[in-house]
Amino acid sequence: MRHIISVQLENESGALSRVAGLFSARGFNIESLTVAPTNDSTLSRMTIVSVGDDNIIDQIVKQLNKLVDVVTVIDLTSTDHIERELALIKVDVNPNTQADMDKHIDEYAGKIIDVSEDTYTVEIAGQSRRINDFLSAIDASEILEVSRTGVTGVCNKR
Amino acid sequence: MKLNGAQILVNSLEKEGVEHIFGYPGGAVLHIYDALEFKDSITHVLVRHEQAAAHAADGYSRASGKPGVVLVTSGPGLTNAVTGIATAYMDSIPMVVISGQVPSALIGNDAFQEVDAVGITRSCVKHNFLVKDINKIAETIKKAFHIATTGRPGPVLIDIPKDITIAEVEDFAYPDTIDMRSYQIVSDANSNEINKAANIISAAERPIIYSGGGTVIGNARDELREFTRSLGFPITQTLMGLGAYPATDKLSLGMLGMHGTYEANMAMHDSDCVIAVGARFDDRVTANIDKFCPKAKIIHIDIDPASISKNVAVDIALVGEVKSVLNDLMSALKDKNIQDVSNWWKTIDEWRAVNSLAYQRKEGVIKPQSVIEALYEVTGGNAIVTSDVGQHQMWAAQYYQFDEPRRWINSGGLGTMGFGLPAAMGAKMAIPDMDVACVTGEGSIQMMTQELSTMLQYATPVKVVNLNNSYLGMVRQWQEFFYEKRYAMSYMDALPDFVKLAESYGHVGMLVEKESDLVPALTEAFNMKDRTVFLDIITDHTENVFPMIPSGAGHNEMLLGGRDEMKSTNDEGLNLV
Repeated sequence: MRHIISVQLENESGALSRVAGLFSARGFNIESLTVAPTNDSTLSRMTIVSVGDDNIIDQIVKQLNKLVDVVTVIDLTSTDHIERELALIKVDVNPNTQADMDKHIDEYAGKIIDVSEDTYTVEIAGQSRRINDFLSAIDASEILEVSRTGVTGVCNKR
Repeated sequence: MKLNGAQILVNSLEKEGVEHIFGYPGGAVLHIYDALEFKDSITHVLVRHEQAAAHAADGYSRASGKPGVVLVTSGPGLTNAVTGIATAYMDSIPMVVISGQVPSALIGNDAFQEVDAVGITRSCVKHNFLVKDINKIAETIKKAFHIATTGRPGPVLIDIPKDITIAEVEDFAYPDTIDMRSYQIVSDANSNEINKAANIISAAERPIIYSGGGTVIGNARDELREFTRSLGFPITQTLMGLGAYPATDKLSLGMLGMHGTYEANMAMHDSDCVIAVGARFDDRVTANIDKFCPKAKIIHIDIDPASISKNVAVDIALVGEVKSVLNDLMSALKDKNIQDVSNWWKTIDEWRAVNSLAYQRKEGVIKPQSVIEALYEVTGGNAIVTSDVGQHQMWAAQYYQFDEPRRWINSGGLGTMGFGLPAAMGAKMAIPDMDVACVTGEGSIQMMTQELSTMLQYATPVKVVNLNNSYLGMVRQWQEFFYEKRYAMSYMDALPDFVKLAESYGHVGMLVEKESDLVPALTEAFNMKDRTVFLDIITDHTENVFPMIPSGAGHNEMLLGGRDEMKSTNDEGLNLV
């Protein structure tokens, strides 16, 4: 099962490599990983999406907690939570396909943030599933480039 | 008074009560060595290879319970020490390693003797630091000792660039305490879980206590003994746990696992309640995990939450210090009626009668097992025994009856050949009043013979018991069993004359080729209190370690020496190796 694990860790050099190294050394899977500072400048927030059965996720959470730089670890999937991801997608457009493309972008609440002679750059934010669905809906041959941020998320409650 | 970074570092070590540092100088640490010259309270031991510095500090720590301290230079100094750091990490030994680094401005430039020490060691230390500011030196050392010695202990590395050791500041204050929000230790287990465990324990009909290295490291000798004796339960100990409970006591079933006793493994298999105390269900202990303790409820006491249900799913997890958890458990058990386990003991006594450690003597050949028995006899069971890795390690664990903790010092987790000699040197420095023996083989000892030189310089007399069978014995044993006797690279030709080797280092060498000479030679060696004696003992070339659980088999599928034929293991078994 897919889990979103949210980690607060000391904002020190090398902290990211400790987490990434832990995943590779122990053979845990990372689907995506995002990291950025928080409102507290001494802390970073890392959001990791991993896939594994309950035992593996349990080990991931324990091993993360064991890292000396890690302050808190929450498996968001086990709580009420909100997740979001942002994607920038560059697509091929020509007069024959433009109408279709506009329709899809509209349907998935995308925004065209740049237009060139024969391309659009589309921004889509939402659950990862929505981005996946958009990418499936349009013709694969029209996709020129995809850049996704990976998932970030928060608990609903205080 | 102005102090430079090196002086602050050395003063900080003094504040931590450090008396011995094991190390080797080089360009990046010259300022630190210069500062050490003025510090009479600290003895620096100049090893001959940085790997030995880490092993010696490790042996020092295991014998004394104090953290070991290592000082090496940048680049090769650090990389040489990595094997020793990883060895300590796998066995949860508290250690602080200080490595020099190239000056801050050169980091990342592929400078002379530069390696990314923090990156290289990350996966084999509990934590590591790169010090970037002279004002952080004292705090970093405080943190390093705190992290290394608390919770589940382990090595901590401090990498310090040369310019930071040269920079000067006005004053030095060593922090009394340290509080890290990201590093909090739980010492007491949850009381509800304690009560649940007490209920399971009191109702058990076939209980067994399975105690490991955590009991030794957690200094829970007294609590373990009281707990075990108050219940009258059988106890088995892991390779790392030997001595916490006395081997000669009637409740002790000896070691369990791949080369454990028949009674210990059979009791594990048939038990309905396994109480794991500071043990981590390592693959050498569990054998085939699918066949492990099929009938038991498992209670696991461990300081490290990540050890819980990592390999084996447990029924009750008691996360906390072994000492405090055992005390809490004993209180919870006070008003409980413990089931009568006398029928269980009858079954166990039948397994004991199998006498699984029996071995056949052979005319004109020294059996390696008999060497360990002679060592036990001559030392009265009162020596610190270190070992290297291989068959001799198993025989030492099986035949030397350890009645006290911190007497048996070996690389259990990483299995590092070369560990024994420097560890013996470190142990002797920690506990100078005790006899120290290093049980080794001609393969392992050759990975560290250079330390015989250090041992002369610092007058650390150790008795080296070299079980010389001309083979990398454990490799040979597996090749015999599982590779149709194709002995690829396990025979060691062109061995040195170990007697002359020892003599050339200024020690005493003895060659022992007859069994009747064993006890007299060992007695003579141990009577030379202030000399290191190298006993080169020619043993049976073809002896194997028994009993044995072949890879892929369960605890109840042991093979007994001289009684069972070794069947070739299956593919799954070979994979598990």
